[in-house]
Amino acid sequence: MRDFSYVRAATIDEALSAAAMPATMLLAGGTTLIDLAKCGVAEPERVVDISHLKGLDGVRIDGKAATIGALARMSRVAEDPAIKGEFPAISEALWQAASAQIRNMATIGGNLLQRTRCAYFRDPATFPNCNKRNPGSGCAALTGVNRSHAVLGGSSACIATYPGDLAVALTAFDALVHLGDRQVPVDDFFLLPGARPDKEHAMRPGEIITAISVPASPAARRSTFLKVRDRQSYEFAAASAAVGIELGGDGRTITDIRIALGGIATKPWRARAVEDALRGTAFEHDAIKEASRLAVEGAIDHGANHYKIELAPRVVERAILKIGAAA
Amino acid sequence: MFFGLLLVERPAALGTYCHQNGVKTPMTNQISLNLDINGKSRQVTVEARVTLLDALREHLELTGTKKGCDHGQCGACTVHVDGERVLSCLTLAAQVEGSTINTIEGLSAPGDALHPVQAAFLEHDAFQCGYCTPGQIMSAVACIREGHAGSDDEIREYMSGNLCRCGAYPHIVDAVREAAKELS
Repeated sequence: MRDFSYVRAATIDEALSAAAMPATMLLAGGTTLIDLAKCGVAEPERVVDISHLKGLDGVRIDGKAATIGALARMSRVAEDPAIKGEFPAISEALWQAASAQIRNMATIGGNLLQRTRCAYFRDPATFPNCNKRNPGSGCAALTGVNRSHAVLGGSSACIATYPGDLAVALTAFDALVHLGDRQVPVDDFFLLPGARPDKEHAMRPGEIITAISVPASPAARRSTFLKVRDRQSYEFAAASAAVGIELGGDGRTITDIRIALGGIATKPWRARAVEDALRGTAFEHDAIKEASRLAVEGAIDHGANHYKIELAPRVVERAILKIGAAA
Repeated sequence: MFFGLLLVERPAALGTYCHQNGVKTPMTNQISLNLDINGKSRQVTVEARVTLLDALREHLELTGTKKGCDHGQCGACTVHVDGERVLSCLTLAAQVEGSTINTIEGLSAPGDALHPVQAAFLEHDAFQCGYCTPGQIMSAVACIREGHAGSDDEIREYMSGNLCRCGAYPHIVDAVREAAKELS
């Protein structure tokens, strides 16, 4: 690990000043930054600890939206009674992520900014080629071991999967990322890799995430997060789906449906084609199964990750059936 | 905007050197910390990048907390900070100045009765080599306190951050279940 200096920011203004400085990285929960510093991926000269800032860790819900402070810990938000009641998919995405220890450390803002688990990205000593770490150097994953890599949203420069769960649920329910006074829809916050996979999000230098807000809706209240993975717990998603549904007065017409996928794409992946195919139709198994296939429209596999194209529609279908059947 | 040094740099300790290419060079970025560990105030001077795990093991002679993967994947380094279980390998020592830190050494005093979770691990033979055990026990104490030991499935889910390469999992679940009963 590179040597670095450590300072604690006492105010948000100090944190903002620090965020604009070269070779400086902000430290919140530390679960990504310290790990990647040990891997030699993150090489800050100065680490500014923002985890002791006051007033950024609250969870507030009124009738219109939930606002979650950027420094709220994952475990705290997962267990929040109002989040469980109004946004069950968010609570489920959080408690199924990482481990109890990591959830006690990791913050909501840091969770969004977690880096890919691509083994080539994480190992600069063995694999110098990585367009995400070093633009223009190439991508070892395209022809390498890519079982966990993305089938959607990739480019000839990068197929690294966005690893998070929370952002998938936030994408389904049109959350806003608050960057101080500026607010960015979460779907616009995360960028496709294109030719510049090193640019992962829409934050400008000197900005920090201060909060996340999620509009309340009947679909958010009737929602779930289904995560399928290689082992039952403490594992990243092979494919995941956040699904929310609103049924009409007849109890079977789908009046609203929200679907986002994780584990299969380079960013949290909103499945609007599936939503459009099902909105206004009767809740019916065959139609749901058929529509769920649209979740992987345009998918491109790289051999070892072909299974994700088969798996993802099944995860979507199962999540819709589960939440639709729940009273 | 340039940085108008609002941040207070931690004072560097004097008289500490490293040897680079045979040249004695003052080490930069050393910080002096006052850590509250197992109810005692402990002073330590370390590089800013030193993790709580390395501070405990290499500087404070508290080697009960184990280093497994050192990347937050195994749970062997689990300690409590302000009463909550965290991974000391991904926590900077500097981050927890001002917090209350508890390690396996602080769970029960030498000569005193074992903590009920320690006793349950012995009773149920919840280990083989024992390397992951301090982390398992610290995690289990918190798991029970959080109210996440209500069923075997819940214990498995909320203890999943602690790997046991000997595969003692069935006995660990037995131990946590019994300790949870005793502590309820």
